[in-house]
Amino acid sequence: MSFGNTPSAHRKKRLTQNIAFFIFRLLSFSVVAILVVILGFILVRGISVISWEFLSEAPREGMTEGGIFPAIVGTLCLVVGSMLFAFPIGILSGIYINEYAKDSWFKRFVKLMTNNLAGIPSIVFGLFGMALFVHQFGFGDSILAGSLTLGLLALPVVIRTTEEALKAIDNSFRIGSLALGATKWQTTRRVVLPMAFPNIITGLILSIGRVSGETAPILFTVAAYFLPKLPSSVFDQVMALPYHLYVISTSGTNIEASRAMAYGTAFVLIVIVLLANLLANWLRRYFGKKVKMN
Amino acid sequence: MKRYFNNFGERVIEGIITLSGTVTSITVLLIVFFLFKEGLGVFSQTPVAEGSVIAVNKQNPVKELTAHQVKEIWDQNITNWKQLGGQDAPIKLFEVDDITDYYTDEQIGAEFEYLPQRLSELVAKEPHILAFFPDEYLPKEFAGRQIKLDNVSPGSFLGGREWYPTIQPAVQLGVLPLILGTLWVSLGAILIALPLGLATSIYLAEIANPKVRNFLKPVIELLAGIPSVVYGFFGLVVVVPLIQDVFGLPVGETALAGSIILGIMALPTIISVSEDAMRTTPRAMKEASLALGANKWQTIYRVIIPYSISGISTAAILGIGRAIGETMAVLMVTGNASVIPHTFLEPVRTIPATIAAELGEAPQGGIHFQALFALGCILFLMTLAINMTVDLVSAKKKANRS
Repeated sequence: MSFGNTPSAHRKKRLTQNIAFFIFRLLSFSVVAILVVILGFILVRGISVISWEFLSEAPREGMTEGGIFPAIVGTLCLVVGSMLFAFPIGILSGIYINEYAKDSWFKRFVKLMTNNLAGIPSIVFGLFGMALFVHQFGFGDSILAGSLTLGLLALPVVIRTTEEALKAIDNSFRIGSLALGATKWQTTRRVVLPMAFPNIITGLILSIGRVSGETAPILFTVAAYFLPKLPSSVFDQVMALPYHLYVISTSGTNIEASRAMAYGTAFVLIVIVLLANLLANWLRRYFGKKVKMN
Repeated sequence: MKRYFNNFGERVIEGIITLSGTVTSITVLLIVFFLFKEGLGVFSQTPVAEGSVIAVNKQNPVKELTAHQVKEIWDQNITNWKQLGGQDAPIKLFEVDDITDYYTDEQIGAEFEYLPQRLSELVAKEPHILAFFPDEYLPKEFAGRQIKLDNVSPGSFLGGREWYPTIQPAVQLGVLPLILGTLWVSLGAILIALPLGLATSIYLAEIANPKVRNFLKPVIELLAGIPSVVYGFFGLVVVVPLIQDVFGLPVGETALAGSIILGIMALPTIISVSEDAMRTTPRAMKEASLALGANKWQTIYRVIIPYSISGISTAAILGIGRAIGETMAVLMVTGNASVIPHTFLEPVRTIPATIAAELGEAPQGGIHFQALFALGCILFLMTLAINMTVDLVSAKKKANRS
């Protein structure tokens, strides 16, 4: 009776299972609790700071009063700049890996390198961006240097998203299109890409959320401690939300007095991430329904 | 004609796409090139602080000093030349500000124009002097002897126990405390994250009903999306004071605070990777186990976990990788003391935090700047090793299955 089918052994078995499942359930929901605590804490403390003035004015009185408008504009510039770089190259790169590359050592090499790039810590991107864009290319601390650094950081994410989305498309669609006389590019552009589009766009939105919160890569490539003036060209420095949160919560003339500003900044950052996630989830559901209806 | 044009267009597009495909590879190669170009530069520099001269009397038999010895002298731990292989005489320390003890203002000159000459005289006069002054005051014909410090060696860099990159007169570049600090914090993080993450992934993969699962998945995705600086801020205002109160510490910025925050940050990686691994367990194996009379829990820990063990280890390794490279959160909560850690309740300093905190102040091309790039190299190699291990584990898994 190795599986113990006597009634008492059976009860014991059941009891063990119930205890184990209870523990798993408890631990899983403690993960949710952690998220709720972090989000709740910052949202509750932050909401009282949010006002039109906070969102539309520059910081004053050594970062203890005023708002975060220049940082919002700066982060916006960086997100747009990095995505202008990462989206086209990343999507084309994903198309290359999944549609065009033949199964050769080169494809394996490209995949390996993309994987490695994804594993490189963000601070190393910061070092690299400083060495290449700021010094070697002579861009100085600028939106251009910061955007390119952030773009490189986002590249593996965009590539992987595209790749996954393309992989999910059944091969019969490609074969069907090719059989009708379409070329490879026509097939990719008219058949494969439109079908993969929902998944690609969802991934892109999530990567925007990531990029807007990155701090380490912009430390030495673009971020300014205090710069109330808005940028006028891509060679200007800007303030940025994550860097602003870092400096006002760790350094500065009066950390305690700027705490409220810090809660407000953290609130805005969280809201950006929440919006990106909600939008991505909504799109996923929206397109999911549409596919079903077809 | 049209067909020819189409063909040509196809070729151009294929070229563009292939070119885009190579961007990541080029980037990785460029990263390696720039990191190591700057980072290896540190080994061709002497650890004398930028723009400084260390000099002794010409009769002094001591010809070479190490950076560590210079620091010990300045800390008054070495006070006699005998300890350095010289004569039995006390070391007379001299810094440029001490010049007024020997010469009047007129002798030095209002604009310090005679200072180089006086320094030269002084070093020639005092047999047991160890002088340290800025190299702009080094006279053309110096009557003393300049002490050259040995270049920073890889051994002293990797094995050195002291990291004081801006100390005068000789910088101390030992990265051991930083490497140990990084490993210490990451290990703590994985100890916290692994049980929690594994339990959650088992729950998600095998126990939870689809409704609960559909609720939990986005929550975990959200946890991954929160910026590290926000985690750092949360740690700073909640976790750090909490640790300070609970353990009655003078400061709450400790390795423990870093581990807790990093543990939370590593959770999404661990959960999603190990859940994916568990989901690949063939249905036939699960059903066979259930048909033999095993219940669900027995199936989980006798069949599913052994089957997906390589995926679970991949998850743990990737979690460590995430923790090792994390910068901002750690920088904000660990206190950044560059000492070799002994307990989790002491401040520590990690490699990424060191780079982030110090690069802004390090002059470009100087020894400090290059040392920070060398730290970047170490960090890069650590994460590369982790990626390779993951590749190896999953390649082995594939080989086993086929």
